[in-house]
Parts: sequence; structure tokens; C-alpha cells
Amino acid sequence: MPGPSNPAFDTLALHAGAAPDPATGARAVPIHLSTSFVFESSEHAASLFNMERAGHVYSRISNPTNAVLEERVAALEGGVGAIATASGQAALHLAVVTLAGAGSHIVASAALYGGSHNLLHYTLARFGIETTFVKPGDIDGWREAIRPTTRLLLGETLGNPGLDVLDIPTVSAIAHDARLPLLVDSTFTTPWLMQPFDHGADLIFHSATKFLSGHGTVVGGVLVDSGAFDWEASGRFPELTEPYDGFHGMVFSEESSVGGFLLRARREGLRDFGACMSPHTAWLVLQGIETLPLRMARHVENTRRIVQFLVSQPMVARVGYPELESHPDHALARRLLPRGCGSVFSFDLQGSRAQGQAFIEALRLFSHLANVGDCRSLVIHPASTTHFRMDDAALRQAGIGPGTIRLSIGLEDADDLIDDLKRALRAAQKAAA
Amino acid sequence: MKLTVNGHEAYAYTGGKPFDATLPCIVFQHGALHDHSVWTLLARWFAHHGHAALAVDYPGHGRSGGPPLASVEALADWSLALLDAAGVREAAFVGHSAGSLVALEAAARRPDRATRLVLLATAYPMKVTEALLASARDTPLDAIQLMNVYSHSTIAAKPAHPGPGAWLHGGNQALMRRQQALQKGTNLFVNDFSLCDRYANGLQAAAQVRCPVTVLLGERDQMNAPRAAVELAQALKARVVMLPGGHALMQELPDAVLNELRTALR
Repeated sequence: MPGPSNPAFDTLALHAGAAPDPATGARAVPIHLSTSFVFESSEHAASLFNMERAGHVYSRISNPTNAVLEERVAALEGGVGAIATASGQAALHLAVVTLAGAGSHIVASAALYGGSHNLLHYTLARFGIETTFVKPGDIDGWREAIRPTTRLLLGETLGNPGLDVLDIPTVSAIAHDARLPLLVDSTFTTPWLMQPFDHGADLIFHSATKFLSGHGTVVGGVLVDSGAFDWEASGRFPELTEPYDGFHGMVFSEESSVGGFLLRARREGLRDFGACMSPHTAWLVLQGIETLPLRMARHVENTRRIVQFLVSQPMVARVGYPELESHPDHALARRLLPRGCGSVFSFDLQGSRAQGQAFIEALRLFSHLANVGDCRSLVIHPASTTHFRMDDAALRQAGIGPGTIRLSIGLEDADDLIDDLKRALRAAQKAAA
Repeated sequence: MKLTVNGHEAYAYTGGKPFDATLPCIVFQHGALHDHSVWTLLARWFAHHGHAALAVDYPGHGRSGGPPLASVEALADWSLALLDAAGVREAAFVGHSAGSLVALEAAARRPDRATRLVLLATAYPMKVTEALLASARDTPLDAIQLMNVYSHSTIAAKPAHPGPGAWLHGGNQALMRRQQALQKGTNLFVNDFSLCDRYANGLQAAAQVRCPVTVLLGERDQMNAPRAAVELAQALKARVVMLPGGHALMQELPDAVLNELRTALR
């Protein structure tokens, strides 16, 4: 039946969670750089501490500026709420430690950001949380890796470094059959390109450092809950469904039927591990989100131009972008990512490691650094930087060739970017001599 | 707290404290496709300030077993039976939307057991359009989305419920979807909205109520416009308070609702 509709994405990106400040009339979101907030009375203080009232006490737990960011990202993802964290790594850590402890097990995609892989494979293992890695497209592998102690399935919407597209509908169904949630890293796609909750994911995290903030100025993360996963029906998460001694015996799934996960994550993980976001960072991320729809459209438009250019170059052996029919996940990308596959991808130069280095050094507009999702175009040569300790055989096993180049396409004029790439290709050709 | 009511397990949230039937009791009654969790902040506050709180899950909702009940009258009888099971002789009845009709009917059926009556976002009659009921039957998820839009007056409520960082629209939608999915054989949306639509005893019930009554209305309520409560409020000789919010009053204005409840239940 016809009726009013929810505000659309572009409107939520500007307004969700924020109204003119009632105290000052400020239209933009104020930066509340205050560690703590004055109580109206002793009774008011006690009721805030005891979660009888909603409000802010101390900025490690919550802050008015951060709350706007949290509500905005939750609105854009279609979630019940969110928690802003010090980094994307902190968001992943917060999700894991809210659901898992020593003796727990995680099933994760093998195509993960290196930092996530480090956390799971090395650091969490030291604390008794074990991870089994499976190729993201190995559907049977996901199912077979689940154990009685498994608490979480984890993947990236677009995996690293090959842009493997996670089949979220299928992997989430496997998770749900095992009464487990699926957590996805949605950093590369942002909610503008994909809303993973619509496809069955239960939890999302972002490195807000990348496209959400969009300007390469801040480090931050956000963890979002869909509210759809029924922790009580699962029976696998006493952390959420049984009394918690650390908060007066609170049963988080009773306090909020659909928001218990975030309550525990905030009241335990943020409180105790303390990896909160600075309000100034939250404000900068909000500034970025206000133009996210415009930027993502331009990122994708530019990327398509660059991909088409590179595909036509004799020196380029392979371009790994899921919109190309040559990409193994092309069909899945068409189904799950109809707006585009983001602006981070890699390609292989024909030639030696030295030619790859020559290519990088000849670029003038592209900045050579270790980041993605900036409004400026970025480049890195994994064989000589992030993976420089590997020999060529080990690089091949990791899906990286001596001439593999990773680009993050920014918002410059695409013609200028192509000119820059042409110059670098010529330099690489000369370096073969 | 789990109780047995009419042969089925019934759940009531007690505000984070063990239930003490010797304290003044407040029964919080939720609306259509909701459960006790719409009341947790308020129930928690009163439980820690000298009251015994019972924020119920109606049969077939949340953690309560048994089939969903199909009339306001049946839910009122169930609420009174729940008081018996909890060992409570009298209580204040506080209801939101559909729950306000249940609270009204319970207070009318046993005026000797009702110490106060507070109706939030109420209306009488609480008619539901045939188009909405048809949508609820045929495309319930679309109908839930529509109800969710009607239920909120802002996309920037502060402080958010149940705490900072919560997105009210998403929370309400997830809760309604969860309730709808609980029942495999019954369309809970149709059940809950039909019982509001069919209820025809409001004014007769109002004549039976003997306790003080407060009506809290949202001036921007698109589900139950404030004017739709005027006749009932007059019949109840109620204190009427207009609040600057929409239908989801407890979520959009938790502090204002707490202040008014403290006055009403004093």
C-alpha cells in the first residue's frame, strides 16, 4: 500500500542521527571534546550508571559526536546501532572478543586484509582463540570448518588482494544453519555499493579510515549490528544470554531483544579494552560520510575508466577487477554489487620486480603509500613493500606476482590519471633493458 | 522472570532486580509486534526506585509461550492472571498503543486491582485501515516497514534508546520482524492489528475505571493522532500530557516519559 517511505540513502548520509544543536542552534554536528558529562543530581548519576536512563557519562563509553556517527552508519547499513572504535582493527577485535574467548574458534576467509590475518592467525591464537582459514569461494570448506566451539564466520565483501567477492547469501546460510553469525568487513564496498545485512550478514565492521572518511586524514572503525541474529535461539552465546557478573548480573539479550550484542560490546569491550574513537575523529568521519554517495559514484566511474585503459595495454598481463568477465567472481559481482566493485584493485605488469619499482617511481599523481580509499589516487608495489621478504615462489602462492601493482583510484580527473599511468608504463618498459 | 499463566510459560522483565511482590507493582504492556524490551529503561528505573516491575511479553511474543491471543479482552484477562501468578493483588497498568487498550480493559475488569492507569500513544477507537490489514496479510515485511516509518517523528532522537549509538528506526524494524518470525502458523501482524481494530468496549470500560488516569500523547504521532484520544481521555477524566514526539514515545523521549510516569505513578 502507498504511504510515507524511509528517507533515502543520500538523505540519511546527511541527516541521520543529527539535528540542529538545541543549546546553540549549530547546524553542523558539534565536536564534543569533553571526556565527561555533568550529572543533574546524584539520582541522575546513579541511573545513568545503572542503565536506567540513556545518556553519556564518559567518552570512552559514549560521546554525543560519536553517537551521531554511530547512528548514521547504522542507518546507512540498515542496522539497529553501531559502535565507533579507534580503528578498523579495533572494531574487528571488539566483535571477536564480545562473542569469543579462550577455547573459541573462528572460521575466516583466507582472503583477508593482512592486519586482520595477523590478528586472527597470530595474536588471538596467543589468547586461545583459534581460526581456520578457508578460500572464500570454497563453500564446502566453510561448512566443513565449523566446529562445536566455532563462534563466528568472517569474511570481506571484497577480499584482499584478488577482490574475491564473498557469496554472503550462501555463507550466511551456512552460518545460520550452524546457529552462528556472519561478520563481514565492508570497508572496500561501503553501504553505498552493498548493504550486507540485506544479503544475510549479521554484523558488519568498517575501517572508517578508508572510504567512509574518504580523505586520508583519520584512523577509525565502526562495528554495526543488524539485530537479526537471535542469540537466545542460537544457544551458543552465554555472554549475551546469561547474567554478566561485570554488570550487576545483566542479561544483555533481555535488556534489548535486538540490541544485546551492542550493549555488551559497549558495556564490556569498549569499557575494558578502551579502544574508543576520538570525537574529533568521529566528526571528520561524519564530514566524509556526508559526501559518500557522491564520492563513491566518482570512485567507481574513474575506476572503470582506468580498468578499461589498463586492459588495453600490452605491458599489462592481467587486471583483477570483478566487473571484468575474466574475473572468477564476475557473475557474483553482477548479482551482489550492481553499483560497482569499488576502486581498489590490482594488476600485473609483464616484467621483473625492478620494472614494477620503475613503474611506481615514475608516477606523479598516484601517491606511493600503504593505504586505500583516499580521495587521492594511491599505488603500492607489494613485492617491494608489504611482501618484500617473500621470494617469487612465495609471492605466487599469495597471489602476488613480481609485477603486481595495487591501485586505489581517487577522485582526480580520470584523463590525468591515465596520463600518469601511461608515463609510468613507458618507464617500466625502459627498465627492462 | 518466568511464570505459568493459563498453562503456558509467560515472561516478564523485572527491571534487573529480583521481583518483590510486596512492593508497589507496575505492569508495563507493549504494543503490536513488540515485546518487553520497549520498556526496559523505564522498568529498570522503577525497579530500582521502590517498585516491582513486570514488563510482560504477551503470549506468542518475545519469550512468552502459548498462542497469540486474538482480542484485547483476552489479553486483559491474561494480564490479570499473570498478576495472580506473580502473587500481586493490585498494580498500576501502563500500556503503549495496543497495550494501552489492554491496560484500560484490565483496569476496567478489575477496578479493585488497578492503582493507576497510564495510556501512552493511545486512541479509541484504534481503527486500522483495510489497506494496511491487507498489506499485513499479503506482504507483512512491507507493512512492517511502513509501520516503522509511521512510528517515528525524527531521525535524530536523543538520547537514543536503549543507549547512545542506537538507531531507533532499525531497532524497531528488527524487533517487529523478530516478533513476526516467531509465529510459524499465525500472522502476528494481522493478529495484533486486528485486535486493535475490533476493540469496541473502550468507552464502556472507561466508565468502570476508578483509579487516577494519565494519557501521554505524542504531538507528532502518525499512528494514533492525538485527536483520536480525546473522547476516551474525557471519558476517563484523565490528565492529558502532550509530548513533542511520535508514536514511539518511550524510544524517542525516554527521559520525558520517565518524568511523566513518575508524576502519574506517585
